[in-house]
Amino acid sequence: MLEGINPITAVRPKLHVGRSWVLLGFVIAGFMCLMVRAVYLQVIEDDFLREKGEARYSRIVEMSADRGMITDRNGEVLAISSPVMSVYIDPQTVAITPDQLAQLSALLEMKAPEVERRVNRRQGRFIYLKRQVVPEIAEQIRELGIPGLAFKTEFKRYYPEGEGAAHVVGFTDINDQGQEGIERGWNDVLAGELGSRRVIKDNKGRIVEAVESIRSPKPGQDVVLSIDRRIQHVVHRELRKAMAIHKAKSGSIVALDAQTGEVLALTNFPVFNPNSRKSIKAGIENESIRNRALTDTFELGSTLKPFPVAIAIETGRVNSDTQLQTSPGTYKIGRSTIRDVKDKGMLSVAEIIQVSSNVGVVKIALSLQPQTLWEMFNNVGFGVATGSGFPGEATGLLRSYNRWRPIEQATMSFGHGLSVSLMQLARAYTIFTTGGELKPISLEKKRLPVMGQRIISSETALAVNRMLEMVTEPEGTAPLARIIGYRVAGKTGTAHKSIDGKYVKDRYISSFIGFAPVSKPRLIMAVMIDEPSAGKHFGGAVAAPVFRQVMSESLRILNVPHDASLNNVAKFREKSAMGSEG
Amino acid sequence: MFKLNLLLIVVLVACALGVVTLQHQTRVLNMALENESGISRELQIEWGKLQLEQSTLIARRQIENAARTQLNMVVPAADRIQIISAKKLNESRWMVIEDARGD
Repeated sequence: MLEGINPITAVRPKLHVGRSWVLLGFVIAGFMCLMVRAVYLQVIEDDFLREKGEARYSRIVEMSADRGMITDRNGEVLAISSPVMSVYIDPQTVAITPDQLAQLSALLEMKAPEVERRVNRRQGRFIYLKRQVVPEIAEQIRELGIPGLAFKTEFKRYYPEGEGAAHVVGFTDINDQGQEGIERGWNDVLAGELGSRRVIKDNKGRIVEAVESIRSPKPGQDVVLSIDRRIQHVVHRELRKAMAIHKAKSGSIVALDAQTGEVLALTNFPVFNPNSRKSIKAGIENESIRNRALTDTFELGSTLKPFPVAIAIETGRVNSDTQLQTSPGTYKIGRSTIRDVKDKGMLSVAEIIQVSSNVGVVKIALSLQPQTLWEMFNNVGFGVATGSGFPGEATGLLRSYNRWRPIEQATMSFGHGLSVSLMQLARAYTIFTTGGELKPISLEKKRLPVMGQRIISSETALAVNRMLEMVTEPEGTAPLARIIGYRVAGKTGTAHKSIDGKYVKDRYISSFIGFAPVSKPRLIMAVMIDEPSAGKHFGGAVAAPVFRQVMSESLRILNVPHDASLNNVAKFREKSAMGSEG
Repeated sequence: MFKLNLLLIVVLVACALGVVTLQHQTRVLNMALENESGISRELQIEWGKLQLEQSTLIARRQIENAARTQLNMVVPAADRIQIISAKKLNESRWMVIEDARGD
């Protein structure tokens, strides 16, 4: 039976058709799954995956934008940003040996325990060790090779003129935001705006492709000031000297371009050093950061006398030669008495200015309508901002004329009872230097001629100029303001200080404001010394000599031609006319 | 038909290689550009530092001190100054008479 069995048939397995189909089904299903997955990834999830992929190599980098420079009118730098390094540590990864700690604290000029305390604080991932370290020191620190210690580039503001221009330029805080002065007032112009862009980096961190710009950086713009650094230096030096000589409480000097109203120099004492955080901090406490010439107002006294006189001439009440009786040197208004230093007798209007007679000016002022006098003061800018745009600028106080009492009208005529800043006073004098036009004050350099506003006629301005020039003559109150080679005009002021509404007998504000050369005024300078306490207190003795020094040096710096002949102008002759001789 | 397909495959491969090459070149050039802008940035910072240095060196206070103390210089009095017209000095037909204060 066994032989009868076909061996082949016997081993041949039975073909299970059903199983093959099942298997095929699995294979096809498998492929289908792959296909569906592929379509899903390629079509539906495409964007998401692309994004994830790019995130592995694309980065957003910040593009820095520097803060603009501040320069003087000749392009000399007054404020500039320079890179410095801020040292920070990652407390999680920092590892420092005692030796390194000693070196590090020496380089940072910090005490070792202080450094150690920060290093050992095991919280967070970012702690500044010290900000704004100079790059050379940072390089030495880098060479110590401390793990977990890194650097961040920041910009520090430097002020090459130091305290010399501190009040005008101001300063920034540690985060590069303007805090005072131009730095604050012009912060929007100076500050840059950070930009950012998306890039692709390779494994070495190099940028291989710039994908897109997200925000383009906006670098800060430079600001060109009207300040002339040379004049600023002279003014600052002389004010410092005067402060020491007269043991004064504070002082200010303002120098204006007599034709455009640009501020060429502006300085105050006490002062601070904007390059030192410590000095700035002390300055905030003792108020030496105040730009007194612009932010503080005073009753400046006789330096205001030319204004009532000018409007009296303009309205035809008096002329330069009108005679007025100032004897006996006192003048009673109600219960108050106006006094001169001594009985000055019969004076012309010009002489009233020359010797600064209070009685004379009061008589002139009382002949005017209160409204006329108020309009004059208002027109020359008392009680209004000067247009400089300086942050914190004071407007002063000029009360409305319909509430004036006669005594107030009288005292205002010689500069009491209304408060003005030194800058306002200097600006008001532009009406005498421009032939009657009031110019706006500018701290920025002007490229175009500045339009003024006509206040008085050029004839009146000329007449007042002549009176002001007499002030510096030997008979005037300020012969010490004379400058050899130039005609100088000006007015002294010696004001009693008012403290809590009462005038104090032995505290004065001495001032002098003048311009030169009279024939074609180039500069206006106003000097104010607050509480001189070394014996002298008259404006003609305290402020006028300072004025002479700064004015004469500034005129020389600006190469202003002499207008009072010294017989030292070189003579020329024509070669051809004289033949071959010489 | 087969030949056409073969040709198209060759073209396709060539294009693909071209794309890769160009991409590579773009990146190389981009890196060069980044490098140069980095240098430009550094130079800008350097310029700022030099500006600062120059500005510090020309501080009037130092110059004045040096002139007064080391060089014994003084500002001449006004009557020792002679004023010469620059315009006339530059014109050849004019000449300065020796001592302007002669008369």
